[in-house]
Amino acid sequence: MDIHEHQAKDILAGFGLPVPQGGLAFSPEQAAFRAQELGGEMWAVKAQIHSGGRGEAGGVKLCRSDAEVRDFAATLLGKRLATRQTGAPGKLVDRVWVERATPIARELYLGFVLDRKTERIMIVASAAGGIEIEEIAQTDPASLRRMVVDPAVGLAAYQARELAFALGLGGGQVQQMVTALRACYRAYRDLDAMMVEINPLVVTEDGDLVALDAKMSFDTNALFRRPQVQALRDRAQEDPREANAADNGLAYVGLDGDIGCIINGAGLAMATMDMIQLSGGQPANFLDIGGGASPDRVVQAFRTVLTDPNVSVILVNIFAGINRCDWVAEGVVKAYREVGMTIPVVVRLSGTNVAEGQAILRASGLPLITADTLAEAAGSAVAARPKDAA
Amino acid sequence: MAILIDETTKVLVQGMSGRIGRFHAEEMIRAGTQVVAGVTPGKGGTTCLDRPVFDTVREAVEATHAQASLVFVPPPFAADAIMEAADAGIRLAVCVTDGIPAQDMMKVKRFLRRYPEHRKMRLIGPNCAGVISPGRAFMGIMPPHIYEAGRVGIVSRSGTLGYEAASQMQALEIGVSTSVGIGGDPINGSSFRDILELFEADPDTDAVMMIGEIGGPQEADAAAYVRDHMTKPVVAYVAGLSAPKGRKMGHAGAIISAFGESAQEKVEILAAAGITVAPNPSALGETVAQALAGRVAA
Repeated sequence: MDIHEHQAKDILAGFGLPVPQGGLAFSPEQAAFRAQELGGEMWAVKAQIHSGGRGEAGGVKLCRSDAEVRDFAATLLGKRLATRQTGAPGKLVDRVWVERATPIARELYLGFVLDRKTERIMIVASAAGGIEIEEIAQTDPASLRRMVVDPAVGLAAYQARELAFALGLGGGQVQQMVTALRACYRAYRDLDAMMVEINPLVVTEDGDLVALDAKMSFDTNALFRRPQVQALRDRAQEDPREANAADNGLAYVGLDGDIGCIINGAGLAMATMDMIQLSGGQPANFLDIGGGASPDRVVQAFRTVLTDPNVSVILVNIFAGINRCDWVAEGVVKAYREVGMTIPVVVRLSGTNVAEGQAILRASGLPLITADTLAEAAGSAVAARPKDAA
Repeated sequence: MAILIDETTKVLVQGMSGRIGRFHAEEMIRAGTQVVAGVTPGKGGTTCLDRPVFDTVREAVEATHAQASLVFVPPPFAADAIMEAADAGIRLAVCVTDGIPAQDMMKVKRFLRRYPEHRKMRLIGPNCAGVISPGRAFMGIMPPHIYEAGRVGIVSRSGTLGYEAASQMQALEIGVSTSVGIGGDPINGSSFRDILELFEADPDTDAVMMIGEIGGPQEADAAAYVRDHMTKPVVAYVAGLSAPKGRKMGHAGAIISAFGESAQEKVEILAAAGITVAPNPSALGETVAQALAGRVAA
């Protein structure tokens, strides 16, 4: 789960990370008021959406007067901002963050991620901040420093000092860096984060360290014990189809093709998508109905897939272990009747209670296209598409 | 013998009293597995499926000498249940639970390292389909009838894709020595490499089918192991050729977030290590058949 920059800064400041003074605004007037309230001569106005790359997309500007703050906020608020990460049509900007501009001497990069090789939290740092980590990894890989934290001990002061010196910091900055690193590490650990990124962490002209940007994302599996994090969820930033599907126990990811997929298991779902592609078609979505799916959950899966107007055929591929083919078949029949199906539906059932499931499909008398194997199912789905779509 | 479990393995089920736990424990018993007890805190002294239920794993192990445990405990409590099993002297735990927090798994992995080799517990999963040695025993949620007993090992991240492989092999009359689901989470108990080591040492396994997917470094690790240490043929498939970068595809661990984590890159890494990669997910069975034929010819 992602959160906004201003929320991440708020959390991290609570753990001791220095951030610029700022305020949140939901209208241009409020933005101008925030600038007056903060004082100073220059302010950064930043669009708040769940995405990086906001600066290059025109979502961030340094403003020199209240009027400029107000005018720039007016160009952002209520509109969608498309970045390299969001793609078109972008995400809705319903708030901006206004903060006192910081005079920058140097920009550093700081990231905290779960390293799957060591199965520990890893710190990635670079003296080349301000650009995307992927870009640093390509253009200046030697500048990347990595450090793995032993969870039993936590981030040791010497590790933080080593990183500080490696980034070329000196004097009082070293202790400031130790404080900043520990703040991020503790926030990561204590709140079940999956990612903390400070890009850039700047050295100001006065020689102090300040986090100019902050990004955090959280382990959705741990939200049950982090109500304070759960409360920061902004559904307006999420794809409504994916969010609704998740509410119904379905994992859904929208894609560009026209063959709607209803599958059980993430691996089989990906393999089915691959098979569709190899058969000359394009999947419209990834969808995993999960384990122990009831007929109603299957109906919900149909409704979710059909919200995509590009879908011209539906492929149901179930290999039941913890699922039951008879329940899935009941769900298919129910969905077909309830939604008034107008497009072809291909069904392949296998595994637990397959005979019962197939009997239910046959007894329904519905014009379902059945298949016995994965290849046959994908081939039938591609062939069943209306001719003009092919 | 097969790897990990056979007809002599005494198994207990943590969470057997629950609806799902009970259903699958019943299937396991029907398939010949020696299920000796259940563990549900607060239900000690009762019985379930004619087996005694204990409050703690320690009591269950003392009373039944169980060696293996299947963990069917909800996500908030699953990590604790795994650690309880390890501390009670269980040697093999299989955890089916999906949705365990990543930091809980970090803790579990550290905890398991504290025990000396002779009493260390091996963990399979979480978020996995389990382990089956066809005709002998199984621990998990897979449909046992799709597995033919035989001499090919299967190791898969995905449960359902493991079923797909087994059923394609069954259609070609190729049997399975043991099939292991290692699970779809970013941190799991056993890696592809761990299971490949067991298959390499198992006299009853002639070849291995390995089914990976996008995300994480374990397929690349396995490729290096196969290249340097394995004498048996390994056939592979990697799911997710059409998966977009940076999007989580169902499994918590199925996300392309670094170089070398896409399906295309993994296929290249595996092929470079001399592993035969199935061209599509419908050719899993025939690719294994070809590998076996090649072995006979050689």
